[in-house]
Amino acid sequence: MKTIALVGNPNSGKTTIFNALTGANQHVGNWPGVTVEKKEGKLTFQGKTFQVVDLPGIYSLGAYSEDEIVARDFILKARPDVVINVVDATNIERNLYLTVQLLEMDAQVVIALNMFDEAQERKISFDLEKLSEKLGVPVIPTIASKNKGIDELIQKAVTLSEQPVKPAVKPDYGPEINQEIARLTAFLTDQNLDYPASWLAVKLLENDKELEEYVRQHPHLSSSGLLASLEQIKTEHEELELAIVNRRYTLIRQLTADCVSRPERPAVTRSDRIDRVLAHKWWGLPIFIAIMLLIFQLTFAVGQELLGGLMGEGINLIGTAFEAFLTKINAPEWLSSFVSEGIIGGLGAVIEFIPLIVVLYLLLGLLEDSGYMARAAYIMDQIMRTLGLQGKTFIPMIVGFGCNVPGIMATRTLDNRKERMIATLIIPFMSCGARLPIYLVFIAAFFPKHGGIVLFALYTLGIIVALVMGKIFSKTMFKGESSDFIMELPPYRMPTARNVLRNMWDNVSEFLRRAGTIIFVVISLLWVLSVLPLGVEPYSEQSILGLIGRFIAPLFKPAGFGTWQAAVGLFAGIAAKESVIATLGMVYAGVEEGAALVEAIRQAFTPLSAVSFMVLSLLYTPCVAVLGVVQKETKSYRWTLFIALYTFAIGWLSAVLIFQLGRLLGLG
Amino acid sequence: MNNSSLINLPSGAHGIVHQIAAGTCATKRLYEIGINPGTEIEVVKNDVGPLILSLAGHKIAIGRGLAQKIVVNF
Repeated sequence: MKTIALVGNPNSGKTTIFNALTGANQHVGNWPGVTVEKKEGKLTFQGKTFQVVDLPGIYSLGAYSEDEIVARDFILKARPDVVINVVDATNIERNLYLTVQLLEMDAQVVIALNMFDEAQERKISFDLEKLSEKLGVPVIPTIASKNKGIDELIQKAVTLSEQPVKPAVKPDYGPEINQEIARLTAFLTDQNLDYPASWLAVKLLENDKELEEYVRQHPHLSSSGLLASLEQIKTEHEELELAIVNRRYTLIRQLTADCVSRPERPAVTRSDRIDRVLAHKWWGLPIFIAIMLLIFQLTFAVGQELLGGLMGEGINLIGTAFEAFLTKINAPEWLSSFVSEGIIGGLGAVIEFIPLIVVLYLLLGLLEDSGYMARAAYIMDQIMRTLGLQGKTFIPMIVGFGCNVPGIMATRTLDNRKERMIATLIIPFMSCGARLPIYLVFIAAFFPKHGGIVLFALYTLGIIVALVMGKIFSKTMFKGESSDFIMELPPYRMPTARNVLRNMWDNVSEFLRRAGTIIFVVISLLWVLSVLPLGVEPYSEQSILGLIGRFIAPLFKPAGFGTWQAAVGLFAGIAAKESVIATLGMVYAGVEEGAALVEAIRQAFTPLSAVSFMVLSLLYTPCVAVLGVVQKETKSYRWTLFIALYTFAIGWLSAVLIFQLGRLLGLG
Repeated sequence: MNNSSLINLPSGAHGIVHQIAAGTCATKRLYEIGINPGTEIEVVKNDVGPLILSLAGHKIAIGRGLAQKIVVNF
């Protein structure tokens, strides 16, 4: 099957094009050879099927961020048959910088000149034929959000996959640099390398550390005199890499000179007017806080109160029907107990919260797709800077609200190792969707009238702890400057239903997949532990589960909930946060329905110990899926273990502090 | 034509990038996002926090430290 890769700047509408090309036919998979997630989809055209791969949004194909390395390795190693380069028509000069680099890699490029309507609105005009001729690649105007130009784009991509052409245009680096390129290329030809020789030569001159390491590791090249020559060239020429970048821009200016014309002064757009309010020096932050508050209120009101109850009732009906069925066919008692208490009771407790997660992801998706997310980073930069971090770090943190796993993966967009490590260390404090059910049950038991506020307070506490820890890390373990803030603020756009729904579905289906696998396994295991040794009352203190709980429980006594049931719940939470409530549901009298669980919680906790339990659940050790992704991203078991332990310590300390202080104040 | 650091330009001012006096790494990142000598820049917002610049209508936010190192003609 032939492969089409999608490459483009962030905010160029790449995802929209990907969705338009593949429709519902897509999934998240893994790179061959590299453990990085990518989005894949299938496209069928005139009876032929193509694999479409969505690469991360990047400005360049250097080695600044993991994303750039991922994209260029895919283009050079997996050699897609066609690369669709999504170019933002309103900002063609900057976007062509990536295009030029693609051409230097000898990729088969089709340009989708996207957001063509917005460019027209801004009175930017193009001589498309001439541009295409000068570039030597097809240029197709598209408006992805309205599905315009997509057919022609597909047509051209398919044609190119059948009859590859040699890209016509490449930057001329000038006699001096060309000479050095030739000098390095001589060492690199016929070495059977993963990369084209002349491309590699340019990249080495550009000071690309990744590729320098590659050359250093190579058995033949490391001893061939290549490195010595490179060293010599670098001392002879100052700032070679800037000269190379400049030459690429020179080419771009030549290309666009008589093909693109734009008005002298860009008009003030609606987006500018919105920014005058949303990015205002006084109003920016309060508005941002208000938006976050609104998101949690809505999530709670719509997801939980309106829809969650309905789901719960539905599950109850199914549970009753199943039980009736099992009794009717004379199934053994242990089986019907496993099904009704273990599976339906446990999974039901999880599934009940799906509407809530749906609503949360829809709202976060709206923030993302509208362009507000970049403003959040901008507004937070000042605060983050006083903490030794920078504003961009806040975006992975917001993503972590949905689930910490994509949050930690989103740290790849950060600029240096210091920021990536710190962000990875503090993201577990961002309260993920799976922790929400815990709060909701406790809120229902003790604070039913103040749900939104309690939720907001918990989320804020998570952010504050994360930021304080960030400050401590940047002062101790990761000293050094935080990198400069450089960030594009894309124009505000009306979010498209397709993108928002798509994004929501990707995340919710991941949640369902986990509910169906990890959580199912955890619940089954817990059920087994709860009925052994044979003959004990299920879910009683005498079961193995009860014994484990009793063993851990003293640890949580200073926090106000030293019961074996609470301990077992938290124990299960390390496997998956979703199973905390499911487990509590089982150990507190094996209840299947929400109301009974809430009642049981009300008996077992006080308002103060409920708060301390929620705080511990918020802050303590993240689930194994998060620890797994930490290990994958940091490539270090030591850091993984460190995160597991220090978050536990912070969570425990905070819970104890709250409970003890509360008692002193007479709240207990 | 006057030379000045970008940080001194008030909101609404226009200028042309003359020189970037930052480290190679930061300079390269500026180049790649479209800010290089010869680029026309409008300062959209310069009060607190990062500056917001407009490059032919495109908004880019830049930290104050970095803005200090960009020299513009205006």
